[in-house]
This record gives sequence, structure tokens and C-alpha cells, in this order.
Amino acid sequence: MTAATGATVIATRGLTKTYGRVHAVDGIDLDVRPGDVYGFLGANGSGKTTTVRMLLGLVLPTRGEVHVLGQRMPRAGRRVLPRVGALIEGPAFYGHLSGRENLSLLDASGPGGVRRTRRSRVDTVLEQVGLAGVGRRPVRAYSLGMRQRLGLAGALLRRPELLVLDEPTNGLDPQGIAEMRALLLDLHRDGTTVFLSSHLLAEVEQMATRVGVLDRGRLVLQEQLSVLTAPTGATVVTTPQPERVTATLDGRVRAVDGQRVVVRGDDPAEVNARLVAAGVPVTGLALERPTLEEVVLAAAGTSTDRVEAP
Amino acid sequence: MIAVELRKLFRRPRTWATIGVLNALPIVVAVLLAVTDLAPRPGQGPAFLSAVLTNGALFPLAALGIVLPLFLPIAVAVVAGDSVAGEAQAGTLRYLLARPAGRTRLLVGKLVAVLVFVLVTVLIVAAVGFLLGTTLFQAQPLAGTSVSGTTLTAGQLAGRTALAIGYVVVSMCGVAAFALFFSTLTDSPLGATLGALAVLIASSLLLTLDAAAPIAPYLPTRYWLAFVDLFRDPILWRDVSRGLGLQGVYVGVLLAASWANFATKDVKS
Repeated sequence: MTAATGATVIATRGLTKTYGRVHAVDGIDLDVRPGDVYGFLGANGSGKTTTVRMLLGLVLPTRGEVHVLGQRMPRAGRRVLPRVGALIEGPAFYGHLSGRENLSLLDASGPGGVRRTRRSRVDTVLEQVGLAGVGRRPVRAYSLGMRQRLGLAGALLRRPELLVLDEPTNGLDPQGIAEMRALLLDLHRDGTTVFLSSHLLAEVEQMATRVGVLDRGRLVLQEQLSVLTAPTGATVVTTPQPERVTATLDGRVRAVDGQRVVVRGDDPAEVNARLVAAGVPVTGLALERPTLEEVVLAAAGTSTDRVEAP
Repeated sequence: MIAVELRKLFRRPRTWATIGVLNALPIVVAVLLAVTDLAPRPGQGPAFLSAVLTNGALFPLAALGIVLPLFLPIAVAVVAGDSVAGEAQAGTLRYLLARPAGRTRLLVGKLVAVLVFVLVTVLIVAAVGFLLGTTLFQAQPLAGTSVSGTTLTAGQLAGRTALAIGYVVVSMCGVAAFALFFSTLTDSPLGATLGALAVLIASSLLLTLDAAAPIAPYLPTRYWLAFVDLFRDPILWRDVSRGLGLQGVYVGVLLAASWANFATKDVKS
């Protein structure tokens, strides 16, 4: 782990939350930097939601410190939170009111939402999330995906510097997920730091620049995604005749899995040249990179949903 | 925050449905009395009802007397019990606090909204009662008769009616404080409402028990009906002032407890 450069967006020190004798979150040191898309991974029940709630001042830590945008939480919540947009465990609205009225009420409920610009800001975010034409329909008539979009609209109302999103693609169809991803990457390009809590590895792998993995309340991994999925120094050869690869490159073959042969050596061109010279047909060639899934499974233990017999 | 909470409360169809239902009972009573001309004998039935046939201007008070024992406390407990727990159950509480609405400010907003609801509800019941009284019965708004039998001028009657309305509002603030306190304890609005009603029912039951006499002066419903004393001549202040003091203590203690609990609570809903 490298030392933090400049101001951090989220920094926790020894953050701990205990419920009775259960350590829901156990001494974690989060380090989210400006411009990150931070993928916060963990199985169900690993403490992700409790952590997110402590970042936002909803749950008070038992021990440890939380700094968000350089200020101590929850004490500085009134100054910090207007600059943070959040989607926490699914959207929630007043069902009998329209989406527009819901957003306007939410904006009026706290500091930092200028009344003069409220109407235009609400229109802008509704357009951003693809709900511009939703009209006066009450939220109770919205689909799950529409609610999720409206929730994101609420998070974007005051052009936040930091977005804290807990499972933001929940309930969206594949097109909706792609749209959401494009929107988040757009915002990220414009300088928004994104803290994305999810148990969907693929989602995080496609977007994150940095990853933290929570396992049973402990932060077992925190690193740049590019470092985690850096080449391992081996080359993957795909061939219909794996046994001939083993014969040709004697001693350098680390594993054979069907037509997939893992060969030590980080120069695919050299491996290819030797195989072709020996007349071995090669249909695919690539540097070996661990997937995020492999990294996470190696770092974290079994699912916390499992309840084994004692 | 207060404006936002008022907007939420009065834009909600349920609020108006509650007020509508609350007014239904006095309307039914008024129509039955007007049609049958059978008033309860003095000293029986709800306060002031016996005098309504001769003076319809007393019907606002009769209407308050009709809804005070049960309907009004239920309505207040429903709205106040829903105030925080309802947001928790809907999930909107976490978004309000992350906005950030500020826990103390949110609680104050809720409290004021509930108090305004109490005031508006009582005023509407009184206003509807006045309309019923003056259209269905012979009204003598220029003069009235006190409970003690002396004559009150129109000005005196109006002033005392206003005092009575104020007294009922204060009594209901006690109910609201119980429901609001329970509302900060639970994520279930129904639980908070029923908790407050359980307190009131227990209090009313204990008041009928001779063995409970030593604690009777401290029970929340003990002085609810003391507003009748405002229509004695001269006004009998003893129970009224005790009632005000008692409600003041309940409201103060319960609001402090609500705040202490809510300001440090882990919001997991």
C-alpha cells in the first residue's frame, strides 16, 4: 500500500462497530483518494452497509475515526454531507408524491440546496438519469428500475464531489446497468469521486480504479485494481494439442486445463516462436492476469451466509 | 425543516381522511339530536350535549367533548406515532439524515408539524361544530348559560370557548409527546401509536379504580375533561391549572427523552 498523496476523500482509522459481542466492522482503515472509483467489495453480511452508514453519520462508530472530504464525521456532517450524494441500500421515497416533488422535498430538507435553482436542478438530474418525461405520476406507480434511477437523481441533486453508492444497479435491467455505468463514468471523468459498494465483482471490475475487500468486518485487501490484476509473469497458450506444448517447453509448463496451458515466462512472442518452430498449432496467446474474482476469493474466506454446524 | 414537514403532513391524503373521520361522529350526533329532539339529561352523556337543544352555540364544545375521550387521542397518536417511525419504515429517514436534515432539527420539525396538526384538527372540529350548532339548532350566540346556571355574555362565551380549545390542544400535546417518544424508539409506526394509546387506556382505567387514587393526580388523562370548569361561574381554575402543569411536565420529560434517544441512535432502517 502506498502512502496517501494529498487530501483523501474518505479516510478511516481503526473504524470499529460492535453490536454486543459481534464485531460488525473491525478496525478498518479505508483510504479513498480524489478521482478514485473505489470498489468496496464484500460478501453479504461482511459489514459493507454498516461501514457506509458510519461514513454518512447514520450509525455511530464504537471506536475509531471517520474523515470525509477532510473533515471529521459525524461532527462535521452539516458541512460535509451537502457535498456528498448517497444511495443507501436501495432508494426510498414518499409513494403518494411524484418523483419531482420527492426530489424537491429532499433538497429542501437540508443545507446547501439553493431554492432559486431547485427546479432547474431537479429537471437536470431527472434528464441525467433518464426520467425527464416521467411527469406527475406518483412514485408508488414506478417500477423498481425507475425508483433506482430516481434514487440516483436524488444523490446527484447538488453536484456532489463524492458519490457513495450502495448496490446502485439493483433492480436495473442490462440496458439500465449499462446506462448507469456510462453515467457514473461520465461523472467520474468530470471529477466526481465514486465510492461503490457492491457484491457484484463484474460490476466493480468494469468500473473501479481501486478496490477494498471486506471480510467479516476486516479490510483484507485495499489496492489499485491495475496492481491486483497485473500480469503474473506467465503466458496462457491455447492449443488443440496441449501435450505437445508440454513436450516442447519441458519444465516451463505450470498447469494444463483442457486446451489452456499456462507457461512460465512473460514474453508471449518468445513462447509463440518456440512453439511454432516445433510445429505446435497455437490458436490463442495471452499474458496471464488474475481476475478480480480470483483475487477476492484468495483474500476473503467463505461466504458469511454460510452457517456451519459447530 | 418545519415548512418541509408541514408540506409533507398536509399533502398527505391520510391526514385529511383522519380529520374527516374525526368530524363524522359529531355530525352524526348532531343530526340524530336534531331529528329526534332527544337530548341526554343534564349530567349524563358527553359534556354540554344536554344544553345543545336550547342553545346551538354550545355545540362546538359538545363536539370537542364527543371526540376528546377516544377519537381525538387516536388521531393525534396516529400522526405523532408515524412521524419518525413512519420515515424509518419507508426508508426515507436515512436519506433525510444523510441529506443532512440534522437530527435535532428533524425532530423539532416533526414536533411542530404534529402540534400544528393538533391545533388545526381541534379548530376544524370546533368550526364544524359551530356550523352544525347554528344550522341544526336554535342558536343564541349573543348569550349563553354557564354550567353554574348564570348567564354569560356572547363575549364571555367566545373567550371561554377559545380557552377551552386551547386547553384541549395542550391535553393533546401530552398524547403527541408519548407517541413521538415511542416513534423514536421503534421503526414501526403502528407500534408507536399503539404504545401511546396503551398509556392512555391504562391511565383511564386506573382513574376508575379507587385503589389507584394516590397516583390519580399524576395520570395523563386525569384532567382532560377539566375544560368544562371554564364554563362555571366564576371559572374554577384549580383542575385546569393542574392539568396544564401536568401536561407541561409530561411533554417536557418525554421530549427530552425523545431527543436524547434520537440524537444518538444508530439508524439502521
